This record gives sequence, structure tokens and C-alpha cells, in this order.
Amino acid sequence: MACTRTLARLATRRTVVRPAVFSRGFASVTDTHARDPLSKVGEKIVPDAERKPIPESKTSTVQEPDPSKDAKTKTFHIYRWNPDEPSSKPQMQTYTLDLNKTGPMMLDALIRIKNEVDPTLTFRRSCREGICGSCAMNIDGVNTLACLCRIPTDTAKESRIYPLPHMYVVKDLVPDMTLFYKQYRSVKPYLQRSTAAPDGREFRQSKEDRKKLDGLYECILCACCSTSCPSYWWNQEEYLGPAVLLQSYRWIADSRDEKKAERQDALNNSMSLYRCHTILNCSRTCPKGLNPALAIAEIKKSMAFT
Amino acid sequence: MARLSGLQKDVLSLYRQCLRAVKLKPNDTQSHFRDFARSEFHKHRDVGKKDFGTIEYLLRRGRNQLESYSDSGIRDIRR
Repeated sequence: MACTRTLARLATRRTVVRPAVFSRGFASVTDTHARDPLSKVGEKIVPDAERKPIPESKTSTVQEPDPSKDAKTKTFHIYRWNPDEPSSKPQMQTYTLDLNKTGPMMLDALIRIKNEVDPTLTFRRSCREGICGSCAMNIDGVNTLACLCRIPTDTAKESRIYPLPHMYVVKDLVPDMTLFYKQYRSVKPYLQRSTAAPDGREFRQSKEDRKKLDGLYECILCACCSTSCPSYWWNQEEYLGPAVLLQSYRWIADSRDEKKAERQDALNNSMSLYRCHTILNCSRTCPKGLNPALAIAEIKKSMAFT
Repeated sequence: MARLSGLQKDVLSLYRQCLRAVKLKPNDTQSHFRDFARSEFHKHRDVGKKDFGTIEYLLRRGRNQLESYSDSGIRDIRR
């Protein structure tokens, strides 16, 4: 009889205690214990005298894995800054990862750090295959997409990751792109036409005209090129920067667009376009292998001959 | 009153802009917006006078916030 009573007691205690622990995320109004702090719940669980602790040899606790002999440990220094403490200074934080357990790309390393080491690390990422342009950052001194940048397998060298240079930082590796997008908007990146197509269907173009857009339409606006350009660093407010100028040329070169003269007119001042001094950092850094400097040169040429 | 530095003038002008933007909101929620703007400034009262980097960052953030909250689609603010 005593035995059944203890069992019943156990059972009732279980029903009281368990929801308090496991339903915390789904707290309802009727369940008054749901919002108790965990420590309070812990106080309620009275250790059962009849239940002896199970010796360690009989538990199924998985042993923490030994660090493998051939672990390739690489050190990453990552720029950290928290906007919630605005008066604190930015700092570099160091993380170490075993490359054998990490994917091949920098983005894999960042995601692994965020998942397993430090969930407060903040960065933009989306497609992880170099088509969205979200994960643009400065890795080992070069602006590139983290998802297209292999982790150097040389473990003796330490990797340093910064946000895009000369951009305001929102948090950690996230730059403020507001100005960049405003500039992009200012070049009117859409087809401007007042006349209808001759046959009332799509605006068609010849294969040769279409070919002019190759090397332009692939741009994903990751801002790697613009933020690598010293001229853009010093004149961000007025100079449009390689990425936006490449987009501008994409519409100037489009055979279907009818506002070519207006587009060129908008660039015809000393700042918007002519702050390009053919430094060519843009073409060097472009993670998509495009050539913004060539596009800018083409705009300059087309304006010189009109 | 002592002469204000450029940064102090910027802060004051942002504060004035915020209070003016409040007037464009519906009458019955204007007090919410005013309290919000005041509390946002109040939160950072103790930032050092010489802490230029922080003040500039907060100014930038304040201007962004002002721009987004000025949208006429936002009619009430609560916390």
C-alpha cells in the first residue's frame, strides 16, 4: 500500500512539475507556474529519498569528444561592435574552429561560430551561393562575399574579418547601406520609354544589342567595389561609386531605353561620374568577376563623343 | 547661455525637428509620440560631452528613426 501511495505521489508531482519546465515557451494564462523562473521550479523538485543516484557507469552520457589528433585549428579575428552600448569602442574578437568540421567557405565558418560558439555574432547572409550579395564583407583585407571566399587552409595564418570599409556599421559585420541604395535609386534603374513597341508586344532587341548588357546585368549590388574605391571613401555623398555607375551604364547601354540623353545629363557634373580616377580597385575586388571600371570608362567615352 | 558647439546645435536641431514632426501626427496620439521622442533623448543623457563618436552615431540613428517614424502611415506609438 505504501508503495502505491509513493507511486501516486510521484505521478502527481510529475504532472505538476513537468509542464512548468517544458511548457515555458507556450505559457498560457491558466498555467500559473509557467512563468516561474527556472530556479523556482528547481526548488519545488524535492529529491526523492527512495531514488538513488544512478552511478556514472550506468548512464548513457556521451563522453565529450577528444579533440582529434589531426584537427586543423584556425583562428578568426572578427570585428565586433554592439549598438546597444553606443559609447563602447569596437573590438576584435577571436574564435577558433576546427576546419575539418567546417564547410569550405568563410560563410560556413561564420555560421558555425554563430550556431555553436557565439550566437550574438551578427552578419547578413542569405543565398550562400553568391547571388544575393548579402554577405559582402572585408576578409583578410579584401572586400568579397563570404560565401564565395574559401577559408585559406594554411592554419598558421589567422583570418581577419571586418565589415565593408568606410560604411557606417549597424552592428558587428552589418554595414548601413542606406546611402548606397539611395544612390542606386537616383540613377533610375528601370526601363524608361514613352513609345509603345511597334508590334504592340514586348520591347525586343537584337542579339548584338543584348550582348552589350553582358557583364553588366550580372551585378548583384553587393557594394564590394564601391567600398573598395578610395575615391568613393572620400566623396561618398557626391560620387556615385563604381557599383551604381555600372548600373547606370547598364541602362545607358540598353537599346530599349529612350532616356539615354537624360541619363547622361544627370551624370554630367564634376562629382557624380568624374571622381573616378581609374584606380581599378573595383575591377580587382569584384567577387562576380565584373569590370565596373570598364563600364565607367564607357560612360565617359559616350559622353565625350556626344 | 554658453555658446554651443556644432554638435550640440545638431542635437538640439534634431530634437526640435522631432517635436515638430509630432505635430503632424493625429491629435489623440501626439502625446505618445512626444513621450517617445523625449524618452529616446533622455536615454542617452549621460553620454560624455567629449564622446564625439557616440554622439555622432546617436545623431545618425536619431535621424534615421525620425525619417522612418515621420511616415504618415504610422499613427500611434506604444511601448
